[in-house]
Amino acid sequence: MKTDIIISGVGGQGILSIAATIGLAAIDHGLYLKQSEVHGMSQRGGAVQSHLRISSEKVISDLIPLGEADMILSVEPLESLRYLPWLSENGWLVTNTKPFVNIDNYPSTESIINEIKKLKHYIAIDADETAHSVSSPKSSNMVILGAASNYIDIPEQSFLIAIEKLFFRKGNNIVNGNIKAFLEGKKSGVSI
Amino acid sequence: MEKLLLLGNEAIACGAMDAGISGIYAYPGTPSTEITEYVQNSPEAYNKGIRSEWSVNEKTALEAALGMSYAGKRSMVCMKHVGLNVAADPYINAALTGVNGGLIVTVADDPSMHSSQNEQDSRFYGKFARMPVLEPSEQQEAYNMIFYAFELSEKYKLPVMLRITTRLAHSRTGIVRRNGLRQNNLNLPSDSKQFVLLPSIARGRYKLLLRLQPQLENESEISGYNMFFPGNQKNLGIIAAGIAYNYYLEVSRKNKLNYPVLKICQYPLPVKLLEKIAGETQKLLVLEEGYPFIEEQLRGFFNKPFIVEGRLSGKIPYDGELNPDCVADALDIEKKVLHSVPSVVVNRPPALCKGCSHADMFFALNEAMKKFGKGKVFSDIGCYTLGALPPYEAIYSCVDMGASVTMAKGAADAGLFPAVAVIGDSTFTHSGITGLLDAVNDNSPVTIIISDNLTTGMTGGQKSSASGRLESICKGIGVDPQHIRIINPLKKFHQENVTILLKEIEYKGVSVIISQRECIQTATRRKKTGNSVKLTHDSNEN
Repeated sequence: MKTDIIISGVGGQGILSIAATIGLAAIDHGLYLKQSEVHGMSQRGGAVQSHLRISSEKVISDLIPLGEADMILSVEPLESLRYLPWLSENGWLVTNTKPFVNIDNYPSTESIINEIKKLKHYIAIDADETAHSVSSPKSSNMVILGAASNYIDIPEQSFLIAIEKLFFRKGNNIVNGNIKAFLEGKKSGVSI
Repeated sequence: MEKLLLLGNEAIACGAMDAGISGIYAYPGTPSTEITEYVQNSPEAYNKGIRSEWSVNEKTALEAALGMSYAGKRSMVCMKHVGLNVAADPYINAALTGVNGGLIVTVADDPSMHSSQNEQDSRFYGKFARMPVLEPSEQQEAYNMIFYAFELSEKYKLPVMLRITTRLAHSRTGIVRRNGLRQNNLNLPSDSKQFVLLPSIARGRYKLLLRLQPQLENESEISGYNMFFPGNQKNLGIIAAGIAYNYYLEVSRKNKLNYPVLKICQYPLPVKLLEKIAGETQKLLVLEEGYPFIEEQLRGFFNKPFIVEGRLSGKIPYDGELNPDCVADALDIEKKVLHSVPSVVVNRPPALCKGCSHADMFFALNEAMKKFGKGKVFSDIGCYTLGALPPYEAIYSCVDMGASVTMAKGAADAGLFPAVAVIGDSTFTHSGITGLLDAVNDNSPVTIIISDNLTTGMTGGQKSSASGRLESICKGIGVDPQHIRIINPLKKFHQENVTILLKEIEYKGVSVIISQRECIQTATRRKKTGNSVKLTHDSNEN
């Protein structure tokens, strides 16, 4: 198997913990991976992305070629569209619909949703609301990851182990909250 | 052996620890910071007594690493590419002194300037200094190379440069560790004159360095890091250096290409291997990250008219980071890109954090500067460089570490009034102190604002060299204590701060305003861990 994922969001939204969870799950499932991250100045409230490649064979390039991503996984709707040239023909776009507005000229939500709806395969959910209903808004990342996990060829159990490993130090409540958010996200379908 | 999931930078740090370093020296700089941080956070390194605190700047870091090598131990110094400009003096001279214990100079270049002010290629520095350079193509190779680099360094008694780029530094993958080596014992150089670069001795040292060049070239020929891979599509030969080899492999596997390939990960260039691939093929395509370093050297290199393509010939864009797409383009492979970026997508540039102390300082400064007009504030390298962008538009320069102070001084010398500098606390200790002394010696009419957020913010909140001591440093340099003011950049003190700024800006001599409030990122983290922070003053002075 091979799954190439672009993870996107705004600096500070914690896309790296999504990447880390998938990474740990992939390793638990005996897969190879490469994950490139953005550090430094662009982290400060700017657009950030991570290229995550998992495969049953050794991964070579750190970067995903254009048109070859199996998924764009975004914690922010505007950011989900920024990397569309990477999306492959049968690729999925999985995104949070809750905008993160830190610029004056942020486009209307409607115009963003319209663009998302043009795609063949997409899941767009208000992950903040879902997270709030089952645990805390902070775990919206895990809601999106849960929704995306339906299209990543790694068993649920590996994801749950990864979440536990990643949040273990923060205590049981945080682990359970994130697991709940993940499982709730997993139930989500197209909801815009 | 178990695999560790490590960033390229962490793999290098882990390799250095396993290869028996006794110390690592660095000033934080993207994309190199995590190398040193990994050692700082490693309980293993702590138990082995590996020294890892931050240095004041790259020059002091390299010199300290050279001192550790003089004492017979293995050391590594790490920096971003522009940091090597700061450390260039000891770097070039260290090729002449040579080393005693192994010394690796790890330099992380930032093509595409993700977080830098230029994209200079450090391989030129390697050639300039006549020093061997290693350039890994992927993270495991980077880990393995550390062992080899130390062997090479100790075999020829020369420092070795390890050149990496952003993608390798900041990409995570599984790494297999080797059995660790013991640290070297304390041991003085056998030649007591080796490190004395008096002209008469330096001439001899330089001749020795030149005599070593054919041997270094031979190491490049036989090294396992430079490899020739035969292929049956002989109309084109591929020369792929460092991470470019990785991108080429990605493209060639997918498209079943079978060109002869020369992988180059060690310099000086392996002449025989180059002649071999040129002898078998009709033209060459050079794939390299950074400047056309190899391509330039290959112009006129062969004894026959020969086409060499790459960044210089325009086959690959001259500037910017390499990626699998531009490599595929250069090989005339068509891509299937179905989507474009919708027009609704607008830019989201980086911005100062909500609650950032620099932001409140800029609002106060802008108000104070209103009556003087635009173009009179010089600035520096750090988060506060974002003060050039809206909504602040408060600063008019960002050149190199420390240049705000000296440029303001030079502009004041030219008659510009007022001339104001905005510099961060860590940048000030890195390279601002000497410039302030120049200003004091000339009694230049400048106002230096040290925007002190008590940390090295942009690289993630590393320890700032002189937290809590900036005021006494300025006094020690000779700034009149009456014109060293400390303000607390909070909205509630805005008006008072504007008044102080205005008064000092109008003063016709050197004044320093320390605008002091903790970085909002480190403050949030600190609240979670419950650590305390030491301030020069606990409250606004007024």
